[in-house]
Amino acid sequence: MSESPVAVNDRLRDLHAMWRIRALEEKVRDLRLEELIVGSVHLSNGQESIAVAACSELRPQDALYATYRGHGWAVARGVPPRNILAELLARSTGVNGGRGGSAHFSAPEFGFHGENSIVGAGAPTAVGAALAARYDGSGRVAVSVFGDGAMNQGAVTEAMNFAAAFGLGVIFICENNRYSELTPINDMVANPDLSQRATALGIPAVRVDGNDLSQVRTAMSLSVASAAAGRGPSFIEAHTQRIVGHYIGDAEQYRPAGELDADMIVEPIARLARELETAGVGRHAIDRCEARARDEIERAASQALADPLVDPSTAKEHLYA
Amino acid sequence: MPEAVKLNVGGAVNAALARCLEEMPETILYGEDVGKPGGVFGISRGLQKRFGDRVFDTPISETAMLGAAVGAASFGRRPIVEIMWIDFSLVALDQIVNQAANVRYVSEGRTTAPLTIRTQQGNSPGACAQHSQNLEALLLHIPGIRVCMPRTGQDAYDLVLSAVACEDPTVVIENRTLYAGAKEEVTIGGEILPIGGHRRRRDGDHATVVTWGSITTRVLDAVDRLAADGLTADVLEMVWLNPFDHSAVLESVRRTGRLLVVHEAARTGGFGAEVVARVVESGTVLLAPPRRLGLNDSRIPSAPQLAAALIPQTEQIASELREVIGWTHAGDGS
Ligand SMILES: Cc1ncc(C[n+]2csc(CCOP(=O)(O)OP(=O)(O)O)c2C)c(N)n1
Ligand SMILES: [Mg+2]
Repeated sequence: MSESPVAVNDRLRDLHAMWRIRALEEKVRDLRLEELIVGSVHLSNGQESIAVAACSELRPQDALYATYRGHGWAVARGVPPRNILAELLARSTGVNGGRGGSAHFSAPEFGFHGENSIVGAGAPTAVGAALAARYDGSGRVAVSVFGDGAMNQGAVTEAMNFAAAFGLGVIFICENNRYSELTPINDMVANPDLSQRATALGIPAVRVDGNDLSQVRTAMSLSVASAAAGRGPSFIEAHTQRIVGHYIGDAEQYRPAGELDADMIVEPIARLARELETAGVGRHAIDRCEARARDEIERAASQALADPLVDPSTAKEHLYA
Repeated sequence: MPEAVKLNVGGAVNAALARCLEEMPETILYGEDVGKPGGVFGISRGLQKRFGDRVFDTPISETAMLGAAVGAASFGRRPIVEIMWIDFSLVALDQIVNQAANVRYVSEGRTTAPLTIRTQQGNSPGACAQHSQNLEALLLHIPGIRVCMPRTGQDAYDLVLSAVACEDPTVVIENRTLYAGAKEEVTIGGEILPIGGHRRRRDGDHATVVTWGSITTRVLDAVDRLAADGLTADVLEMVWLNPFDHSAVLESVRRTGRLLVVHEAARTGGFGAEVVARVVESGTVLLAPPRRLGLNDSRIPSAPQLAAALIPQTEQIASELREVIGWTHAGDGS
């Protein structure tokens, strides 16, 4: 095969970027099962390509709002894994000193304006980040990430119309992984084309294969350019699959037989590795992406585990100015 | 026919819902993941199989879920809606406060809203700030809404039935940390009790402790610790918060002269303030200033050790109670 060395290197970089998220999520799962992390944890295994591709088009001044399934988005925005793990492990080095936890942490210095555990609630807030940009000259683009199920939350429709009516630079990314917790999205809507809701509000919308980094990247780069140029919001429905439960401990009884096996073939890491192999890239280079990521996460976890636990005497700090 | 069966709290709620669906054909039961999966906590397991389309899953649309309950209730249905976490009811507060609470009053009783919202609240280790709040006081500030908070399996069973049978909008606030606890003996199939009342959990002489919800278990542990020193207290678990059995509190405080109220909800503006105010307003002569113990007015952090520093723990309840019992008016000379 004749792929240029540059293209191959870019794709290996993508593979490594996805492996950093996958390795982090697997580490989080292990720590949760050992009960070193406690409470509800939602992993993004299988959805890594969307975060990697979308964030590669963002600039430092852009503001991203994610959900409880947000560890991967944080990594993709550059938040150090050690401080993410420390947050989940209730260490003082955690990004929020233990106040956020797995489902509600933020790191604004990385343009990661937080997970959110209220379904749909991040969308109106993201609209506000774009509203501020109208006055502050920053050129900031706001990104709101949510799931298929969140489309049924009134706040999301309100946010989309608000952004559309005022031409605000918000990119709405709907990660359609087919399920809202334990319920298939198609049982909860009459029109399975979720992007048409955005279209109806006057927002340019596309549906992409979320497992295809280049499709996500193209949609994202057009959306960022459009928002930055003051041409208003856009909507990207990215089809994906989570190859783990909704939360750690989910028995996943709702999955039809064979679904997960099929998903494991198309999920983005397996897919990109296969594509690289077909393109003639050696097994060693492909495997190195995983090994480097796992090493990094292993080191991050050891550091986080060695960090001091949060100090209970600080519990009331930061409540008010 | 009443019969005693072994159930945990989740099982008791399930049994109560099954009986509602069985005996009250106008009931419908719905919520997110409630139908086919049987609920994220498994509370409605098996009910869709048994009762068909009267039990169903909904989109993640709390406003539509509760608004639809108000509308369906006004046309003869008796909706039972599960709101997975009380924190999520906040996106649909309009339907509870402006809609459900007003229906009967404003229509002079010609339209009613006999609906039940089953939800659950409270902190559990690691839960984030948006999944940890105790919001009963918000609802108790709204005349027109009934509110109860069961803790034991028996109360979970009885209160769900009373709530569903009640002709007014009623919120049953459960606690997820209790659902999967040990099985206990629960009498099912008995008479459906009217709403209201309290549970007297301990008899004592030196103080009255008023409490509700899952923190009652800590209160009982604290009171039992003091018993070693010969100190005893009445413990009143207020399973119904609206209507609230103020007279039971007064009756006890008149005897003990000392009052401590404990809840997991934030201290400031918590319903404990109302309990204390009613006692003070009654003119009952107190031997010590009444006290309230609740969340140390804060957001709730995810880290368990931070949360534990803010939410009353057994030791803190015990020492607070010791102070209430040991307090003497300056100059008493005792
Ligand atoms: C307002 C609100 N309602 C319900 C929930 C409970 N809940 C948490 S995640 C979830 C499913 C969300 O599905 P989707 O939007 O598709 O995102 P996914 O989890 O698949 O990423 C639900 C119902 C919540 N957190 N907030
Ligand atoms: Mg989903």
